[in-house]
Amino acid sequence: MNAIVETVEPTAGTETADADINYRPMLAGAAVEIADLTKRFGSRVVLDGVNLSVLKGETMCVIGGSGAGKSVALKCIIGLIKPDKGCVKINGADITTSRNGELENARRKIGFCFQGSALLNSLSVFENVALPLREHEKLNEDEVRNRVQEKLALVGLGDAGEKLPSEISGGMKKRVGLARAIIRNPEIILYDEPTAGLDPVMGTAINDLILDMQKKLGVTSILVTHDMSSTFRVSNRIAMLVKGKIVKLGTPAEFRASDDPMVKQFIYGESEGPLTRPST
Amino acid sequence: MFAPVVKVQQWFETACGGAGYTLELLLKAAGRMVLLGRKRREAVDQLALCTLGSLPVVFITALFTGMIVSLQTGQVLRDFGQENSLGYIVTLGMCREMGPVFTCLALAGLVGSTYAAEIGTMKVSEEVDALEVMSIDPVYYLVMPRLLALGIAAVALTIYANVIGIIGGALVARANFDVDLEIFFKNGRDALKMKDVYGGLIKSFLFGTTIASVACAQGLRADGGPAGVGRATLHSVVISFMLILVFDYLLTWLIW
Repeated sequence: MNAIVETVEPTAGTETADADINYRPMLAGAAVEIADLTKRFGSRVVLDGVNLSVLKGETMCVIGGSGAGKSVALKCIIGLIKPDKGCVKINGADITTSRNGELENARRKIGFCFQGSALLNSLSVFENVALPLREHEKLNEDEVRNRVQEKLALVGLGDAGEKLPSEISGGMKKRVGLARAIIRNPEIILYDEPTAGLDPVMGTAINDLILDMQKKLGVTSILVTHDMSSTFRVSNRIAMLVKGKIVKLGTPAEFRASDDPMVKQFIYGESEGPLTRPST
Repeated sequence: MFAPVVKVQQWFETACGGAGYTLELLLKAAGRMVLLGRKRREAVDQLALCTLGSLPVVFITALFTGMIVSLQTGQVLRDFGQENSLGYIVTLGMCREMGPVFTCLALAGLVGSTYAAEIGTMKVSEEVDALEVMSIDPVYYLVMPRLLALGIAAVALTIYANVIGIIGGALVARANFDVDLEIFFKNGRDALKMKDVYGGLIKSFLFGTTIASVACAQGLRADGGPAGVGRATLHSVVISFMLILVFDYLLTWLIW
């Protein structure tokens, strides 16, 4: 089942048992729209006509098992992978058929946090975060320093500027990656498995940062993850991807209340069920 | 029965795809040279790395190349009493062929493999994707400084290699064939034309840019983790070696 959700207006101030966040009244209008997105690698269909609309200011989690197509969908949104069919719109602008200039315009509004952080190993933490400013904005050195220090402080790494990526932990790398992703104050942040490989304490710290980004910066966030505790903690809506299709779209409460066997098997981590049953 | 034919077809398609990608990369990097001012520091850093790091290997390569040419040719010339012509042969041989070719073969192994490994590692660890996502063109950021640096380094190191090789040849001529050093160098100077000098240096520049293009292209196409980086490095060296020899023939035919 794929559905394009036109608008969602959750009740203001609603609290759920899943998270200690209040749903923020969201602006109407989609920040990211995916329509009929299809991608094949050889004979393997990874995305099979995916439709999804992410509203401005909301945090959407895309969940699914390994190989479901989550990361591919995220990379189609940012333009790293060109889909075989379908389109991706960022604030209404179609980036899949656009020329390079329009894709670059869209990317200016998007920050991307890679699963492995993807920090440039030859640059210090400070220089990694400063890189987008140095390449794209005409700022003097003091302005660069102030902006970088502000973002590093936001992620709790104000003292780590001189360190190299090889000298910091995985959790710190994730936070530096986030600081780099937000250095140009994007409207949309994409996260590829933000808590993968982290201990529970650090995972919670990352989740808190993601919530902070929404509260303080009002960004639209799309997280690709299979970490359910993270999903229920941060998301306004969840989309579940199975074999390249969205099989469920709804709020965390709707997911917990769902009778769908696939949803129940995934969110409760059961080893037996339709997701693991061999297809006939 | 058709499996070998299919394999050859697949290999040919891959080779053509790789050649097209490398050529496209070279042209894009050349087009980005207008932005060189913003990357001059990186280009200078790469130039220093290429040149200074290669000096010892190029010294040994050039010295023994000159000595071997002198030794082999001297033995033949002695049969005709023409040992004094060694100056002509070693000087022309170094400037036209041995200097550019052996220097750049050394650079392909030393620097080309480093570029392929470095960029390949960046590719498999998504650093190249990170650059794209930040709207930083990887060709401008990674390839262009390396292309220019290796082109210039190849020329500088060839001049250095030519001098070392000629000196090596002179020492062997003196030691083995009693050729007076003054006669050796005079004959070498008389034989050398401007075309021999700039022809050799044009070869070096083209070989250097070829090595950088191939290495960066292989790195940017690496996939499959560390094994993919290893393959990219190996292919970079092998392809560079073959292209240097092929282009050497074509350029020699064109220039002389």
